[in-house]
Amino acid sequence: MKTLTRVAFLLLILGLLSACGSYPVDQGPALIVDPGVDPEAWALVPAGEFLYGQFDHEVLIDYDYQIMITEVTNQQFADYLNEALTAGTIKIVDNEIVGYYHGDEFNAYRHEFEIAAGDWAHYPLEAEGLRVSLVGDQFVVREGYENHPVTNVTWFGAEAYCEYQGGRLPTDHEWEKAARGTDGLAFPWGNEISEENANFYSSKDPFELYHGRIGDTTPVGFYNGDSYDGYPTIDSPSPFGLYDVAGNVEEWSGSVHKYEHYRYLHGGSKAYAGYDLRIWVTGNVSPYYFSPSIGFRCAADSN
Amino acid sequence: MEGIKKRLTYLFSSTKGLALTGIAAISLVAGLFGMLSGPMVEWGVSAWIIKTFGMVMIPAEREGRIVILYHTIANAVVAVEVYFITGLYKDKMKSYFRTMINGTITVGYLTALIFGLLFAYFGHNWVWHGVFIFGDSLMFFAGLLLAVALWPGHKEYRIEKGEYSHTKKGIDLELTAFFVMAVATLGSALFGAVPASFTGNGFETFLAENVVRLPGKDPLMLAIIGHLHIMLTLIAVACALIVGKWIDFKGVLHKIAMPMMIVGTIIITLGVWMVVPYQFLAHTIIYGGSTLILLAGLLLLIYNWSTLIKDRIAEQGIEKATFGQKFKALFHDPLKFGATWQMLFMNFTTSFVGIFFAIKLEEIIREWPSREERIELSGHWHVLAAITATILLFYFADMMGLKGKARKWFGWIVIISSDLAFGAAVVFFLKRLFISEYAQQALVDTLMLCVEIGLATLLIALAGFMIWRLVDLFKKKGHWENELIEEQQEAK
Repeated sequence: MKTLTRVAFLLLILGLLSACGSYPVDQGPALIVDPGVDPEAWALVPAGEFLYGQFDHEVLIDYDYQIMITEVTNQQFADYLNEALTAGTIKIVDNEIVGYYHGDEFNAYRHEFEIAAGDWAHYPLEAEGLRVSLVGDQFVVREGYENHPVTNVTWFGAEAYCEYQGGRLPTDHEWEKAARGTDGLAFPWGNEISEENANFYSSKDPFELYHGRIGDTTPVGFYNGDSYDGYPTIDSPSPFGLYDVAGNVEEWSGSVHKYEHYRYLHGGSKAYAGYDLRIWVTGNVSPYYFSPSIGFRCAADSN
Repeated sequence: MEGIKKRLTYLFSSTKGLALTGIAAISLVAGLFGMLSGPMVEWGVSAWIIKTFGMVMIPAEREGRIVILYHTIANAVVAVEVYFITGLYKDKMKSYFRTMINGTITVGYLTALIFGLLFAYFGHNWVWHGVFIFGDSLMFFAGLLLAVALWPGHKEYRIEKGEYSHTKKGIDLELTAFFVMAVATLGSALFGAVPASFTGNGFETFLAENVVRLPGKDPLMLAIIGHLHIMLTLIAVACALIVGKWIDFKGVLHKIAMPMMIVGTIIITLGVWMVVPYQFLAHTIIYGGSTLILLAGLLLLIYNWSTLIKDRIAEQGIEKATFGQKFKALFHDPLKFGATWQMLFMNFTTSFVGIFFAIKLEEIIREWPSREERIELSGHWHVLAAITATILLFYFADMMGLKGKARKWFGWIVIISSDLAFGAAVVFFLKRLFISEYAQQALVDTLMLCVEIGLATLLIALAGFMIWRLVDLFKKKGHWENELIEEQQEAK
């Protein structure tokens, strides 16, 4: 009996030790590929009703609008930072990019935090996992991550980026309609999810090699039906042709909700389990929060 | 044929058989449906289960499926607790009450379990849903019967001995605590049933942890959130009272603890019910009630541990025990030690964590993404429910006559494996306090491994126990027969 106890104890210790490794998180992307989806392209979403939320409520968006086919990439964001910094719409204060925000209506509701007019953080200059960094007086993208979605941008930073491009962040309704179309799909591509559809937690894509199951971002448009070094993907655009709506990075919504300062996040990310990539699953967080799993795409009026 | 009849009589009429059936049902449901989530998804097991059993898994219905699954498991746990209670009071409770209560609740939970799961996982036949509700209704009716049967005013319940908590008129306060718990459970069941009935089949299912940050929750939402919290609380209260009866809790500490348990249960229940009209006040009242219940639990623990030490030292014939001998004596019986140790452990994994979260809500927790808070909340109550289940298992194992080395192995495996799993789960859901999302994966891997090893070991121990009893059922002269005869003789 004693031997059995010792063997069990030893196995437990060995098991635990085997999991105590660390991941070489700064190795760069595990794979450098160009999926060929143009990050500058926009899709037109026509006016009309669609089924919104988990319980398919009919909602009317009575105007046409455009939305980016992909999430904003590191290269696009670096170019913007260089331009906007020169133009003076943003500035560097205490190791972060900041910019002006006009503030929200404040109702002092339970747990509500005031978002007053003033300068708010857009992007940190020092944080783990930054893909866009200030080198000298220029923002540059870490090699291999040019076509990956930008992360670690706060809601203020995302909103400022979209405004600079003549657009805005999509509202909750706009995002969801573009993501699921008008037929009430659970996922952008249909009603079931597989590992070849999207980048999610433990989806076993090649980019999990250096980061473990939480993974790394995948290049925008990665899940387009191509095979990469023997790793097959399924072409998984939304009905309006958007890529990475589910998974990869969560996307900021532009909607500001009464009685709360939180901003909403859509689509799940590389850190989420597959079922949390269902279109209607949302998260929220303060607008000054940034994370290596949060990115965004922009929307604009159709004209 | 006679053999089958006897075995069915054992499984569906004796306390031990009913509890065995209930725990087997819970194990089967947890075993099968547990394969649909967590690492089982990553390993491809869930896809295989879904295909093999022909389950219908519509993505939009995930939350609804989970709600029904939780109800079926909770119903069975409540039924097992009721068997324990009617068994503990079998000497004083009228036998027709025992028969009616146990019979009704058995049909109720099995009906709700079978038809609830059929409805949730095998296509939406609304007849099945109706039968599920019928099963729930039977359980409620059994609860009413239990409350009547536990009415402390019955003459046969009066006590005269001075060792147990009672009023001047001889009202048994421990029994009163059971009665209050039963009535509070009935009211709290309605607290969830009323909003569910009001919204009917058009109800838009939600999991409480997913709406925690939603401002302006409507009264029906608040009632349902309150319902799930108070039901789990009352299951834990019942569990603590059962443990008290099991270890023969008595003396001064009993006299202090029982009134606290009664008042605490009333306050916490009213506090939860008040969440609908007076949300701003509710939590303050709940804290008051839970403080009393926790203190009563602490007194139970002190009594148990001191009795375990005293009894073991006496058994060993040691006249003047050293600290080391006393310490060793405490751990002699892992089942009885484990029952209250798990209560203490529960404080470290859930109560203290909950208090920390409440204090630091604005400063820390609400600065995290909602997903982190959601993980914490669902982890919190899963751990609470699972620890309560292990405590009930200790009582069950003792009741079923687990002795000698098997008792020690089973007891320690359950304690160590569950504490490993639940301790790791708590560190997992608190990880954002000390590690960033970017650097978390190595820690997460280690913690998940601990959780998986712990749960797997716990389930293997439970499976071993259940297989022992299953094999016993096939024996002509198994333990089951003696237990049946014993109980039938006691009834006479």
